[in-house]
Amino acid sequence: MTQSNRLNGGLINRGKPLNFNFDGRAYQGYEGDTLASALMANGVRFLGRSFKYHRPRGIFTAGSEEPNALVELRSGARQEPNTRATVAELYEGLVACSQNYKGSLRYDLLALNDLFSDILSAGFYYKTFMWPAAFWEKVYEPIIRSAAGLGRLSGEDDPDEYEKGFLHCDLLVIGGGPAGLMASLTAGRAGANVILADEDCRFGGRLNVEQEDVGGKPAVEWVEQAVAELTAMDNVRLMPRSTAMGAFDHGIYGVVERVQDHLHTPVEGKPRQTLWRVYSKRAILCAGATERPIVFPDNDRPGVMLAGSMRAYANRWAATPARMVAVFTNNDDGHRTAVDLMAKGVDVTVIVDARLDAPTLTGVRLISGAHVIGTKGRHGLSSIRVRQADGREETLACGALGVSGGWNPNVHLTCHQGGRPVWNESIAAFVPDQNIPVGMSVAGAAKGLFSTEDALRSGAEEAVAALESLGIAASALKLPRAVNSAYNLQPLYHVPHGKGRAWLDLQNDVTVKDVKLAHQENYRSVEHLKRYTTLGMGTDQGKTANVNALAIMAELTGKSIPETGTTIFRPPYTPVALGTIGGRTVGKHFHPTRETPTDKWAREHNAPFDTAGDWMRARWFPQPGETHWRQSADREACNVRKNVGICDVTTLGKIDVQGADAASFLNRVYANGFAKLAVGKVRYGIMLREDGACYDDGTAARLAEEHFVITTTTANAGAVLRNMEFARQCLWPDMDVQLISTTEAWAQYAIAGPKSRELLQRIVDSEFDISNEAFPFMACDSVTLCGGLRARLFRISFSGELAYELAVPTRYGDALWRRMLELGQDLGVAPYGLEALDIMRIEKGHPTGRELDGRATALMLGMGRMVSRKKDSIGSTLDQREGLTDPNGLRLVGLKPVNQSEVITAGSQLVNETAPVQIDSEQGHVTSACISPHLGHSIGMAYLKGGDQRMGEIIRVVDPVRGTDVKVQVISTHFFDPEGGRLRA
Amino acid sequence: MIINHPLLGPRDRQEFTYLGDACLIDRPGWQAGDAMDQFFEYVYLRDDPAGEHRELWYHEHGDRSWLVVTRNTVTHEITNVELASDVARKQGRSK
Repeated sequence: MTQSNRLNGGLINRGKPLNFNFDGRAYQGYEGDTLASALMANGVRFLGRSFKYHRPRGIFTAGSEEPNALVELRSGARQEPNTRATVAELYEGLVACSQNYKGSLRYDLLALNDLFSDILSAGFYYKTFMWPAAFWEKVYEPIIRSAAGLGRLSGEDDPDEYEKGFLHCDLLVIGGGPAGLMASLTAGRAGANVILADEDCRFGGRLNVEQEDVGGKPAVEWVEQAVAELTAMDNVRLMPRSTAMGAFDHGIYGVVERVQDHLHTPVEGKPRQTLWRVYSKRAILCAGATERPIVFPDNDRPGVMLAGSMRAYANRWAATPARMVAVFTNNDDGHRTAVDLMAKGVDVTVIVDARLDAPTLTGVRLISGAHVIGTKGRHGLSSIRVRQADGREETLACGALGVSGGWNPNVHLTCHQGGRPVWNESIAAFVPDQNIPVGMSVAGAAKGLFSTEDALRSGAEEAVAALESLGIAASALKLPRAVNSAYNLQPLYHVPHGKGRAWLDLQNDVTVKDVKLAHQENYRSVEHLKRYTTLGMGTDQGKTANVNALAIMAELTGKSIPETGTTIFRPPYTPVALGTIGGRTVGKHFHPTRETPTDKWAREHNAPFDTAGDWMRARWFPQPGETHWRQSADREACNVRKNVGICDVTTLGKIDVQGADAASFLNRVYANGFAKLAVGKVRYGIMLREDGACYDDGTAARLAEEHFVITTTTANAGAVLRNMEFARQCLWPDMDVQLISTTEAWAQYAIAGPKSRELLQRIVDSEFDISNEAFPFMACDSVTLCGGLRARLFRISFSGELAYELAVPTRYGDALWRRMLELGQDLGVAPYGLEALDIMRIEKGHPTGRELDGRATALMLGMGRMVSRKKDSIGSTLDQREGLTDPNGLRLVGLKPVNQSEVITAGSQLVNETAPVQIDSEQGHVTSACISPHLGHSIGMAYLKGGDQRMGEIIRVVDPVRGTDVKVQVISTHFFDPEGGRLRA
Repeated sequence: MIINHPLLGPRDRQEFTYLGDACLIDRPGWQAGDAMDQFFEYVYLRDDPAGEHRELWYHEHGDRSWLVVTRNTVTHEITNVELASDVARKQGRSK
């Protein structure tokens, strides 16, 4: 295929042709091309269909503001929808597809939408799909879903890696055009630590696309020299292909570096993209400006594009959208496009200038005071209709039209912290105000300074000022000589003549008529306009549409543009892939996995796992022949009650508490008394929040006069430490108490069952007497095991059996576990998992997170009397509030089915024996339930209104979702061994 | 955001957990006659200023210091950072 629209010159490497494929056809471009410039050089104008009406669309811009030329880039897992062809660098073997059509691009079935545009106008969805309500899910939504959206996702995992990085600098320069380069040179020579980031692969900004001299030589040469100088400076980091996407608090900027997007396949070991968090002391925004169009009827045909972009394609990429072009402008910049294209041998049919006093130009026909009022051409522009000042109309043939309505400074990042730009009448555009992010200044076109000379000067000046504020002396550089062209503009946002739809937001298919409709229906504020018409949404966020829409709304309301509103912007400046934001925190790296010391052993024995926070906990340990979890769990639980079982309880939080005031400190953070706990004793304790709810429970063991070790529930280990630190530092700062989390330092095992002492006696070194007399229930001590291994032993029980918890330094955890199983073989020792643990604690009525649900008070849990009234402790005042002490409030009770074969399920509701199942009959709910292998029937724990006064009553457990309705009797939660004889044995 | 930790220097916000108004330091006495009312206010009632706000931050992924940070809720400017224990002592809290 010949490159029929390729011109001479340009910054492309003709020595390196690149083959690529678009919509199944092979083409060739050159190194230095973008996908858009290569397609343009090959005469491809029709690149895709629009979002709503499926209108043919082509290339509109030459940069990241592109609304139209969205393609699916690459194939397979790397397929990337909605990629702007204007910023996709060409590489050998590139594959891309057009998007948003059914059938083929040229004969799109959904182009039918265009015929119904009268009813598909703004607010169509809100107005149309209201009735009947039942139709939404079954009829409307599936149809809309299948037609909606632009590109398609591959549905496969992204095979590439993304990285996050951190950078620090004195000065961040955003944008490497004339202002940015000059700022960087000034700061670099002054020795400041500088980062220069530009979204392009090539520094230079507009200097790469204009025919002009800087410092007495072609601008591109000046750029090359400046970049070479900056590259040689150790204190300057040049970041091409890096978009500053957001300005955050305190000088932090998000910069997305597309490390390998320009390669066919990323090199292994390097990220595809990196999200840099740049900590800057100062930043200069040199982001340039974006051209805006003049809106006129049928202005969306492929071939209609921004004039400055047309010039950019000709000068930088040596490509023209057609051999015969026209220009429609309201300012001098449009003339420049005509001049540059003519110089490249392109036939410029006409310049249509809306200004009556337009300057003349030799060698080209110029119609002043005229408007383009229509276009023709099914899949691309073939002619324009021009209306002259006196009302005469004529049709002129052309294959492309460059439109210039003026330039809008790229103020986006100045708005990221709530700043609002102000309207500058002389350039008819929004410019940054004073309320921009702290530490930021703006230079060049982003500030509304459009000439090269002004850009260079302001870049240098802003750099000197920024460095001065940091105490770094910088001398103003001698400015290179540059163009100082005037920018004469007569504002024109849309053409008031002609028939047909005039497109404002090309990506979202918003027309001038839609804005009028929004106005008519009273959606007049900019925010409402956006949401009602979808203007300014999508991948381009209306970069080429917003100001024109605002101007039209201003016209309709009879107000000025600044009175109508401003366009403001949020991060990101351009779309950022979710993969980039995720970085390495994907899949299993999303949060860490915490493994218990017995993890390896449990995996060797095929234990299924459950997560408890980040922890992996074994649920049961299946034996041959067991096919249902209850077989395993029941066996494990019964073995505990009969012989001895061991269970890994390492996940419980452990906090070491030391200091002269340790006891009185614990006395304040636990609701029950701790001051008088004897050394060598353990006590169960409950912790309240200040609002009176009980949020955690555990044990505190006093190992020495000034040394406690406390346990927390697995889930609350972090919160308890945080709250205790708060109490220590903020409430009682002079208490002598130190805290440290030792959760991961100790492997801790429960050893439970009538033979647990016998097993322990084989492990604990013989000098330690752990007989019932010497080491009774709730005793604790430091001991040694297996010939000298230091350990801690606690005689506490969650299972209700004679039981201990044994802690050893974590690295011995696996060995101790295996040793216990080996030494206890003849005792019938067997490990038990979470399920058996849960069965046994329900049998004993011990609360867990199911009961400590964030609303439960000590009173509700049946522990009201534990809350000491003789001391101050956190939560002990508000837990006596009237609402929390209502005698008819919820109380924890036990339930058993009247018919023992029936099953109680957790989450079920409670109603009275004969009450109807409806919301106002609700008496409470079941928190935990299991089928007790020891009692032989289902049991449950439940919160029941006034439950402590209703022992023996028959009520019903109902679950309208699962359709169960079971008669139960209210009993104590101590289902098994209520006297506790077994644990004192 | 960057919080200038009094002991550790400037640290990124990601290392911290936010709690809320620094008035949480002023925990009422439990034996006062109107203790219930005082605690009710302490737990539930907060000013919500648009502007300067003294608030508690916890250096959870750091040295576990509780800090009192004076931050402008409109601009996010941080004008002062103190150790909460120092603030608490200054406000007369002890044991």
